[in-house]
Amino acid sequence: MNPCVVLATILLISLVIYSLLGGADYGAGFWDLVCSGPRKKGQRDLIAQAIQPVWEANHIWLILLVVLLFSGFPPAFSSMSVGLAVPIFLILLGIVLRGSSYVFRAYFAGDVRTQLYWGKVFSISSSITPLFLGIVIGAISGDAVLVDDGRSEGGFLSTWLQPFPLIVGLLALSLFAYLSACYLTVETDDSELQGDFRKRALFSGFVSVMAAFATYLVADNSAQRILDGLSRSPDCLVIEVGAAIATLVAFQALWSRSYPRARIAAAAQVGLIVIGWGFAQYPYLVRPELTIFSSASPPNILVDIEIVVALGGVILIPSLILLLRIFKTDRKSISADTETTCLML
Amino acid sequence: MDNLIAARSQMAMSLAFHIIFATIGVSLPLMMTISEWRWRLTGDPAYLLLAKRWAKGTTILFAVGAVSGTVLSFELGLLWPRFMQYAGSVIGMPFSLEGFAFFTEAIFLGIYLYGWNRVPGWLHLASGIIVAVSGVLSAIFVTLVNGWMNTPAGFDIVAGKFENIHPFVAMLNPAGIPEAVHMVLAAYTAAGFATAGIHGWLLLRRGRNRFDEVAIGIALLVGGVAVILQSVSGDALARMVAEKQPMKLASLEGQFHTEMGAPLRIGGIPFPDERETKFAIEIPHGLSLLGFHKYNALIKGLDQEPQSDWPNVRIVHICFQTMVGCGGLLSLFAVASGWISWKKRPLHTLFLKALVLVSPLGFVALEAGWMVTELGRQPWIVYHRMRTRDAVTSMPNVTLTFSVMAVVYVILGIVVVWLLSRHVIAAPETKQIEHPEVLV
Repeated sequence: MNPCVVLATILLISLVIYSLLGGADYGAGFWDLVCSGPRKKGQRDLIAQAIQPVWEANHIWLILLVVLLFSGFPPAFSSMSVGLAVPIFLILLGIVLRGSSYVFRAYFAGDVRTQLYWGKVFSISSSITPLFLGIVIGAISGDAVLVDDGRSEGGFLSTWLQPFPLIVGLLALSLFAYLSACYLTVETDDSELQGDFRKRALFSGFVSVMAAFATYLVADNSAQRILDGLSRSPDCLVIEVGAAIATLVAFQALWSRSYPRARIAAAAQVGLIVIGWGFAQYPYLVRPELTIFSSASPPNILVDIEIVVALGGVILIPSLILLLRIFKTDRKSISADTETTCLML
Repeated sequence: MDNLIAARSQMAMSLAFHIIFATIGVSLPLMMTISEWRWRLTGDPAYLLLAKRWAKGTTILFAVGAVSGTVLSFELGLLWPRFMQYAGSVIGMPFSLEGFAFFTEAIFLGIYLYGWNRVPGWLHLASGIIVAVSGVLSAIFVTLVNGWMNTPAGFDIVAGKFENIHPFVAMLNPAGIPEAVHMVLAAYTAAGFATAGIHGWLLLRRGRNRFDEVAIGIALLVGGVAVILQSVSGDALARMVAEKQPMKLASLEGQFHTEMGAPLRIGGIPFPDERETKFAIEIPHGLSLLGFHKYNALIKGLDQEPQSDWPNVRIVHICFQTMVGCGGLLSLFAVASGWISWKKRPLHTLFLKALVLVSPLGFVALEAGWMVTELGRQPWIVYHRMRTRDAVTSMPNVTLTFSVMAVVYVILGIVVVWLLSRHVIAAPETKQIEHPEVLV
């Protein structure tokens, strides 16, 4: 198999996992921002408890993505960094503020006002970051990012400040929020809290479906080529149908309060959407110029990186499974632990 | 501020902060694991309390270090797109490996922090060890990249492009390993002495107590052993620089003229326009001896290159002197503390006061040493291959992003210090000393 395709596949898989894990953490931050109703505090605590042990590990998928991108496809990384410097800088700002404010909030125990303040920083930055992540994805799927010898031909704003990338940004945010709400229903036994997040999941799921249709409509004008990609290959069709089925299953499960099923279906839905994007984007990395073949490092480097990834995976995957087994199964005893800890403190 | 200076300032600031967060994040896991191991061995609750305190510190620093590290990986592209475009494939390997090491660290840190009551003791201790080891590996991989920028290897330049790339040759460049060892030891030295100093200060204020005493014991052991090994590592690094980057050595030492049997200068201020380093104590033949272990070795001076290609000799020389001076003082202190603990003398007030005084010097040396290697490499981003000014972004208004990041980092720094003071070094309450198992 062509090493360019292999590395691109690894990138896509990382992006899927990052969306499913890290994306849900962003979504949780978004729900933290809009917590409301009589169970406001319960909602916040649930969110904090759900993401606390795992969000660091989830965040690192992004670092892995960036590193693999610049090792394997340096010109693509370079073009994105120049043409999309503004949204990428805003993503950075969001990541710094989210990561640090989360820890600060957790450790300013006892000072409620300060905690609330850092909580605000956390939730606002959690909501802004996926918006700009989506914008970057949208922009590299359009045809405005053209960089020649380090100079962006479209300047620094018109490369992304257009309807298509903006709507993809909105789509990313709504999908992450939806995913997170679906996960959160499984993280608690309190049926009222479950109900709160069920409503949110249904609402954000609806918004994301609308946003998905909007991207199709807008793509007709400004991102014709990716639309062609979506309707071109039979693979894409299968993936699109799969995503549609997963959406229906997820909605039905939410409606009938079968939360574990809703969680799996929602994850499948988001995963398939990202994979579908990957297939439609193929073979491009940054449209309209850079493909995974034209921007790849020499084959020997790609192969070396792939070997490292394989070896890394041998260590990582069992470790990740261990982490998730310790903290994401047997949930009741965790909350019991946390309660006793809080009491004792 | 022109774009190049703004971009360099933004990178320098991001690194200056990251290097502090990261070094503490590398060293605290070692100290916390030693402490937990001592607790499991002796059952002394002070060790358990200490392990939990240091674990909290590790969490705060790891989180902030993770974000400041993410910032750097993006800034490589945002500020130096041409560098990444050409060199990305050459230096991708250590960065990829670092990504995996970092990942492992995050996973096991999660288990360590939240797993006190959920995993068996051996697995908990093992998680601590894995966190400590993978932290060191991350530091090594990242420093290998810096080594490559100083002594680029593993590629040919054909028609302005990097060809025939061998990623592992590039990764194991001549400067890489010596620099990486120096960096890891510097991390242990800086964080070890700083932690010991803080607890020394607390011991002076709070009076004798077991908690601070065992903290000083572990922190000083880590910092002291590291700083003594550092002299060996520093010598190896200096000889590497003498051989591979003679112009860098010349600027470290303020050596303007090529000569045999060059003297070693202690102190002094270089005057580039007069091509002379004044006010220094000169040890005859010292530099030749240190650089090549030969009495009359030829030392190339800055006169071998046009002045426009010199780094800022004055700053580099002064930073180098600062680093060596701090390292020397700390080594003396480490030997003295070793002698005191050998003789089993109790901690004298005078000793504690001296400890508090020298404790920040590790970080001073760390920042100074980092400035030596970074400023000493200028005006090159890839030594003698690519100039920094050719790598910088075409994006306008870098001054603006620099200012925004500066404000954010300053706030971050203040909050981190404040949090550490509350959670890691604040006086433990009696009930915590008696029942440290309730702390998670």
